[in-house]
Amino acid sequence: MGKIFFYAALALVLASGLILAPEEAKLAIHPMDQFQVSALFGGDISWYTPTNVTAWMAAAVAAVFALLVLGSSRRAIVPGRAQSVAELAYGFIYKMVEDVAGKDGVKFFPYIMTLFMFIVMANFLGLIPGSFTTTSHIAVTAVLAALVFVTVTVVGFVKNGVGFLGLFWVSSAPLALRPILAIIELISYFVRPVSHSIRLAGNVMAGHAVLKVFAGFAAALGMFSFLPIFAITAVYALEVLVAFIQAYVFTILTCVYLKDALHPSH
Amino acid sequence: MASNTQEAAHGGGSAMPQLDFSTFGNQIFWLVVALVVIYLILSRVALPRIAAVLAERQGTITNDLAAAEDLKAKAVEAENAYNKALADARAEAQRIAAETRAEIQAGLDEAIAKADEQIAAKAAESEKAIAEIKAGALESVKAVANDTAEALVAALGGSADKDAIAKAVAERTKG
Repeated sequence: MGKIFFYAALALVLASGLILAPEEAKLAIHPMDQFQVSALFGGDISWYTPTNVTAWMAAAVAAVFALLVLGSSRRAIVPGRAQSVAELAYGFIYKMVEDVAGKDGVKFFPYIMTLFMFIVMANFLGLIPGSFTTTSHIAVTAVLAALVFVTVTVVGFVKNGVGFLGLFWVSSAPLALRPILAIIELISYFVRPVSHSIRLAGNVMAGHAVLKVFAGFAAALGMFSFLPIFAITAVYALEVLVAFIQAYVFTILTCVYLKDALHPSH
Repeated sequence: MASNTQEAAHGGGSAMPQLDFSTFGNQIFWLVVALVVIYLILSRVALPRIAAVLAERQGTITNDLAAAEDLKAKAVEAENAYNKALADARAEAQRIAAETRAEIQAGLDEAIAKADEQIAAKAAESEKAIAEIKAGALESVKAVANDTAEALVAALGGSADKDAIAKAVAERTKG
């Protein structure tokens, strides 16, 4: 009985919502507009032009500075809130580097911390409504991944010389299979930076686009817009999770690749 | 509408701004600048400072733990000293008590010995007196017996020799 009443009410609301929807706002959804790079002061975009990319990267730098430098400025033995978070971030990444890449990976800790802090801050700043998400651009994540790839490859050859190629020669496999495995390993090695960068940009971009799509529904549905708004809330919560997890995944993969470079034996 | 004009502004080729290669140089340049700045901030200021704070805290904790251990050892020591003092005091008390008891015992023994001596002396004296009295009594009995025997002899009409009567009485009372 209650159920029938509920569905009747739902149908009524749906019908009235469709009838009363604003005419001109019908599904004007442009989910990709938020990723547009635009010059801050107008004009063409050349390589040095200050753009919204510049602004939001500056914001990320400022956030890193605020958390890690201003946050720890009191050097308290019993830390305050900001210092606790700064120490937590430090300990989190330090332990990750030590556990995954090994003791001799620790000297790459500032480098890996830089990557993590930039990505995590850019991701979270991108969740501010109306902001620009620098990590949603493949150009940015590709450079990050390429930096890791080049570093790992150089470190691998410097540390192990030709022995680094042992990474591709699976000595535990039967001899006949080894050349085939070597080709597969080689391909997977060169695919790493691709997956490494697209994983991050793809996740961030997809989440933000979905938010925009639901926002467009909310605008089109009139009084019935509470449904997409619920969806936006849920997706936003998911995106907060994704913002951290993708930074974490990027960083831990960097540590894994670094471990390959430092200890290439299979 | 806005997006149309924007797309038109940069050639309007792709629907994905991510694939608009004309902005790649700009993004890469500013990314490298941002990364270098973050790297310098981290490696020069933030990370050494946080590492120092963490090390200092670890040191403080270690020191505090050591101090706590020290204090605990001191407390145990103090307790041992207290127990030792207590045991000493108890032993001393026992010693004093034993000493006192021995002293009293000695005094008592002396007094008992003295008393025994006195009692023995008194007893000897008394025995002597009793013996004297007994002897005296025997003498009296002998005298009475003599008198009685003489009187009896006189009463029976004889005249008795005093020496013979004394001899007979002494003979009869001997056993």
